[in-house]
Amino acid sequence: MTPLPLSIALAHLKARKRQTLVSIVGVTLGVAVFIGIGGMMNGFHNYFLSQLVDTNPHIVISDEIRQAAPQPLTTLHPEGAVEVRRVLPRDPVRGISGAAAILDALNAMDGVAAAPSLIGQAIFRHAGRDYSVTAIGVDPQREIRVTDLVHDMVDGSFEALAANPNGVLIGQPLADKMGVGVGDSVTAVTTAGAETALKIVGLFHTGIDAEDQSWAITQLARQQAMQARPRVVNQIHVRLDDLSRSIPLAETIERRWGFKSAPWEETYARVLDVFALQDKIMFLTTAAILVVAGFGIFNVISTIVMEKARDIAIMRSIGMPRGSIVAIFLIEGIVVGVIGMALGWLAGWGLGALLHMVPAPTGHAGDRLPVNLTFFLFASASVIALASATVAAWLPARRAARADPLTIIRGSA
Amino acid sequence: MSAALEARDLTRILPGPQPTTLVADVDTAFEPQSFTVVTGPSGSGKSSLLYLLGLLDPPTAGDVLVNGESTRALGGEARALKRLAEFSFVFQFHFLLPELTVLDNVMLPMRQLGRLGAAAMRARAYDLLDPLGMAAEAQKVPGELSGGQRQRAAIARALANDPQFVLADEPTGALDSKNGATVFSTFRGLAAEGRTVIVVTHDETLARTASRAIHIVDGRVVGEACDFPPSGQT
Repeated sequence: MTPLPLSIALAHLKARKRQTLVSIVGVTLGVAVFIGIGGMMNGFHNYFLSQLVDTNPHIVISDEIRQAAPQPLTTLHPEGAVEVRRVLPRDPVRGISGAAAILDALNAMDGVAAAPSLIGQAIFRHAGRDYSVTAIGVDPQREIRVTDLVHDMVDGSFEALAANPNGVLIGQPLADKMGVGVGDSVTAVTTAGAETALKIVGLFHTGIDAEDQSWAITQLARQQAMQARPRVVNQIHVRLDDLSRSIPLAETIERRWGFKSAPWEETYARVLDVFALQDKIMFLTTAAILVVAGFGIFNVISTIVMEKARDIAIMRSIGMPRGSIVAIFLIEGIVVGVIGMALGWLAGWGLGALLHMVPAPTGHAGDRLPVNLTFFLFASASVIALASATVAAWLPARRAARADPLTIIRGSA
Repeated sequence: MSAALEARDLTRILPGPQPTTLVADVDTAFEPQSFTVVTGPSGSGKSSLLYLLGLLDPPTAGDVLVNGESTRALGGEARALKRLAEFSFVFQFHFLLPELTVLDNVMLPMRQLGRLGAAAMRARAYDLLDPLGMAAEAQKVPGELSGGQRQRAAIARALANDPQFVLADEPTGALDSKNGATVFSTFRGLAAEGRTVIVVTHDETLARTASRAIHIVDGRVVGEACDFPPSGQT
């Protein structure tokens, strides 16, 4: 047999179909918006991160040294009274020394691929105009193992770079700005004084404006010649099969060879911070909708408590304990919350599907808004909806249980 | 015969800037198998005395003894439990839960007490409704019943847990004379079965059908009469 508080609660809700429906719709909308918008934010974050992380190396080893070497004086007398201050780390202007050995050691590790590169500034000159670019010299055969840029090519190909010693890959937006395309030539000028004619062999579009507007990728040897730094490598790009290894491996590399080794989490820390902030804002905004829905439940239960004052009094006079009275109204709130939550799951899933049909401004035809509906989203929405419904029902329920039945019975007489 | 229910120096004062004495120093006892009416003018404290005797209201002073046991030390929930098992109330207004059927209303105290299974509760509810002429109305909700039918349903609910004490506050106040007489006849039958029945009423004619009457003025018992002549019975 149905427990007594449950059957009374259901009878109350059935008797107020319209009010109950409005409350359920409130919770449903709250849960749906939470899930739908949350899914879109998740999808956007994942897309953006994957663009950043897949296009770029997972670890970048650069020719910087974070920590100054321990001074002999302090090593000899660690407890001594002499303190050496403001010691600057070594500045390896010659790039990463022993890069070949580092590359060999990294490539020998399981699930690790490493490629050398030389980064430097250059000016591209075309049709009487200058364009500042970040020139990146890479070994195409090796670089292809550490980047997904090959998938972002919109014209020409990454492989064409290997075939053409004077070839260059630039972003589609930069090409549009310069008014050039595949097959055209541009002149590259560097601070070393070199002036080199480069042929555009491919255009890429990563979706990251800073990269699409300024990157110019050439062969490593060409870049070394342009920068007048023969055989110099100032960055090693590392890619991992398992992303979660990036931080420990970066620490190991830095400990072993001394060069700054930045995992992607460090490189994109600001972006991740912005995402975390966006997540918080989204969570608070959409949770607020659920809290507002809670007010709807509070309103309905409060009305029922007021209308049912006489019934509550008679149930108390019969001998029903306060706990059962609280249970009746609490169940009413929870029933509304659970039904609203379940419908909200469906509506949220539907909203996510609708959003996924909207074209995404990624620059790739056919791309849709990325939506990622996770279990965490459904669970969070459910917890907030149920907590909100429970608190909203508990407040009037407690008032109902505290009501003096005699005052009501006397008032009715 | 020893008293089933006893009031000892029972006093109830409503606190406030000007405290109001509802019941003052009432000493009286009610035996098993008795049908007592409490009469008096409006505001004399009849209902207040009934609520004190039924453990609905805690006394300011004095004590209510149920089968010789003091209830003074009982807390709110212990009093509620005792009410559920041993007392029942019938009010001037039926106070049936409007969303539930008559059957569900009658089963309400049984379900709360939880001593019987579903089938036994259902059977007992019909056993209570049948002699009151309400078995055919069991599946109706209170809104579909007449005033007399609602009051009879309320009486059936009051008897659900086979209470030792049946307390009624103006149970015929909203009924015509025919239905009022039926209700009082039911109470006489309940007393004959061994219950202690106490009824607050304004109706002098019906009051004379009880075996005992207590008259209250200003919260004090000012008169008592027993065994009215048979001519008073209806």
